[in-house]
Amino acid sequence: MNLTVVKPGMLTTVQDLGRRGYRAAGVPVSGPMDAYSHRLANLAVGNVPMAAALEITILGPELTAEGDLTCAVSGADFEVRVGDAAVRANEPFAVPSGSRIRFGARRRGARATLAVRGGFDMAVTLGSRATHLVSQMGPLGGRALKAGDALPVGAEGARGARGAGGAGGAGGAGGAEGAEGAEGAEGAEGASGAAPIPLELPDGGARVRVLPAVHRERFTGEAWTRLTGERYVVTPQSNRMGYRLDGPLLAHVGAADILSEAMPVGAIQVPASGQPILLMAECATTGGYATIGNVITADLPLAGQLAPGDWIEFVPCTREEALAALRARERALLGVTA
Amino acid sequence: MNTRVHPAGDSAWLVELPERIDPAVNARAIEIARAVERSALPVTDVVVGYRTVMVFVDPLANGAEAAGATLESIALAQADTPDTAGPLVEVPVCYDEPYAPDLDDVAAFGSCTPDDVIALHLSREYRVFVVGFVPGFAYMASVDPRIAAPRRSSPRVKVPAGSVAVAAGQTGIYPAPTPGGWNVIGRCPIRPYDPARTAPFLFRAGDRVRFQRVTAGEYRASTQWGDA
Repeated sequence: MNLTVVKPGMLTTVQDLGRRGYRAAGVPVSGPMDAYSHRLANLAVGNVPMAAALEITILGPELTAEGDLTCAVSGADFEVRVGDAAVRANEPFAVPSGSRIRFGARRRGARATLAVRGGFDMAVTLGSRATHLVSQMGPLGGRALKAGDALPVGAEGARGARGAGGAGGAGGAGGAEGAEGAEGAEGAEGASGAAPIPLELPDGGARVRVLPAVHRERFTGEAWTRLTGERYVVTPQSNRMGYRLDGPLLAHVGAADILSEAMPVGAIQVPASGQPILLMAECATTGGYATIGNVITADLPLAGQLAPGDWIEFVPCTREEALAALRARERALLGVTA
Repeated sequence: MNTRVHPAGDSAWLVELPERIDPAVNARAIEIARAVERSALPVTDVVVGYRTVMVFVDPLANGAEAAGATLESIALAQADTPDTAGPLVEVPVCYDEPYAPDLDDVAAFGSCTPDDVIALHLSREYRVFVVGFVPGFAYMASVDPRIAAPRRSSPRVKVPAGSVAVAAGQTGIYPAPTPGGWNVIGRCPIRPYDPARTAPFLFRAGDRVRFQRVTAGEYRASTQWGDA
C-alpha cells in the first residue's frame, strides 16, 4: 500500500513526533510544528502518537491511494476531498484504492496533519522518521515531497519508530518536549471514548503565553514590557526553523551574543538587530544569541499554526500556569475540557 | 566554581557556570551532564554548551517537579576536578586549492603567509567545547590569535561539506553543505556525521583534536564526500 504524490503542495514533509536523545550530537528534534494535531490525526486513525504522518503547509497536496487506506486530517482547516466528496476534519475517512485526496482552500491555520492508518513505513534515522530539511535527515533523504513519490503505508496497528527497531535514544517521551511517548506505547490514546478536542485555530493571529528566559536580565526592562505588551507580525523570512518577527525592537543591556549553548524550541532569541526570532520545531540545537522569553510548551502547537503575515502576542504567565496548561492540553486529547 | 540553575521555559533547565571559554569550565559542565544522565530525572536530552548544561525534561513525567532541586544538588556535588580531557581524535585536512578559498584572507588578517596560517592551524591540539548547530558540528577552540579572524562580513550561501574553517578563535568542520560565515582554510575527507558508521558521530564534547595535513592526492584517495 502506498500514497503516491500527484502534486506535493507548497511544503509537505513526513514527520513523526521528533528525534530525541541526540541533541548532544547536534541533531535537532524536528517533528511537527503542531504536535498536538499530529497526535490527534494519528489517534483518529488508531495509530500510536509517534507514527509518521504528513505535515502540510499552507498549500496542500494531491495524493492517490494505492490500496484501500484510512486517513484523517487535523490541524489547519483545509477543504479536503476524496474524489468529489468533502471529508470532515479530525475523523477517519476511507480512501479507496485509486482514489485521490485533494487539498483545496485553506480557511484557518497554516499546517495540517494527514495521518494514514498504519503510518508511513519509511526509513528510521536515529530513532525517528521526522524530516529535518536543513540537515537533510529523515525519509526521502530529508527533503519535502515531490510529484511521483510513493510513500509506503505500514500494516494496520504498526508501532511508532521505536517499535520499528529504531534506537529511541535517551528520550522515549514524545510530545512538544515529552509527555506522550509512554502512554502512546500502550496503544491509542483517548481510551475514555470521548472525542478529542481539536486545537482552536488562530484567526489572523494568536496570543501565546511566555515565560522569562534564562537571559532575561541581559535585556532592558523596557524590552520585556514591549515583548509582552505589543503585537508582532510573522515575516515572510520565517520557516520551520523559526519565525522572524516584525515589531518593536528589543534592546540588550550588553552584548547580544552569548557563548554557544543549547536552545529549546519556543525560545525567543534576539540578535544585535533587536528583531526577535521565535525558534520553532526545526531549530538548531544550539544558538549564540541571548533569549528573552520561552513560549510555553502547551502553546507551541498554536504558534505552529501561524503563517507569514499573521500577528502574534506574547502574554506573560507563571510556571504553574504553563504546567497547568500542558496538563489541560493532555486532557483535551482525551476529550476532557479544562 | 559558581553555578546557577535556572528554568529555560517549562521543559528544560539550564545549569550555568562562569562565563568564559575555559577547558576547566567546560570539563565541569561535562561532569555535570554525565551526573544528570546517571540520575533518575526524566530527561530527554542533556546538552553541553561552552559553559552550560541544558537539561531537557518531560515536565509531566513522574519526578519532573524535583528537577530544579535535583540539578542544584548535582551541580553542587560535583567537586572541582582537574580537566580530564577526552580521547584524542586525529583529523586529516587538505589545505590546498581548491579547498581553501579563504586562506589568503586569514593570512592577511594575521599579517602572515598562507603557509604560516596552515602551520599555526596545525600547531595546536584543540578541545571540542560544544557539539551543535547541525548534526556532528564540533565547536573547537582555541586557535592561535594570529589566525583568529572574525566571521566573514557576508556569509556564504553554501559552504561545501567537509570544509575546515576558523572564526573568532574557534575552528570546526562543516558536516553538511550549509550556509556559513566562517573562513574556509581546508577540507577534511572524513564525515563528522555518517549514519552508516557504527559510531555515527566523530566528535563529543571534551574530545581532543589534532589536524594532520594531507595532500590533494591523499584527499581525493580518501574522501567520503564523493568529490574525488
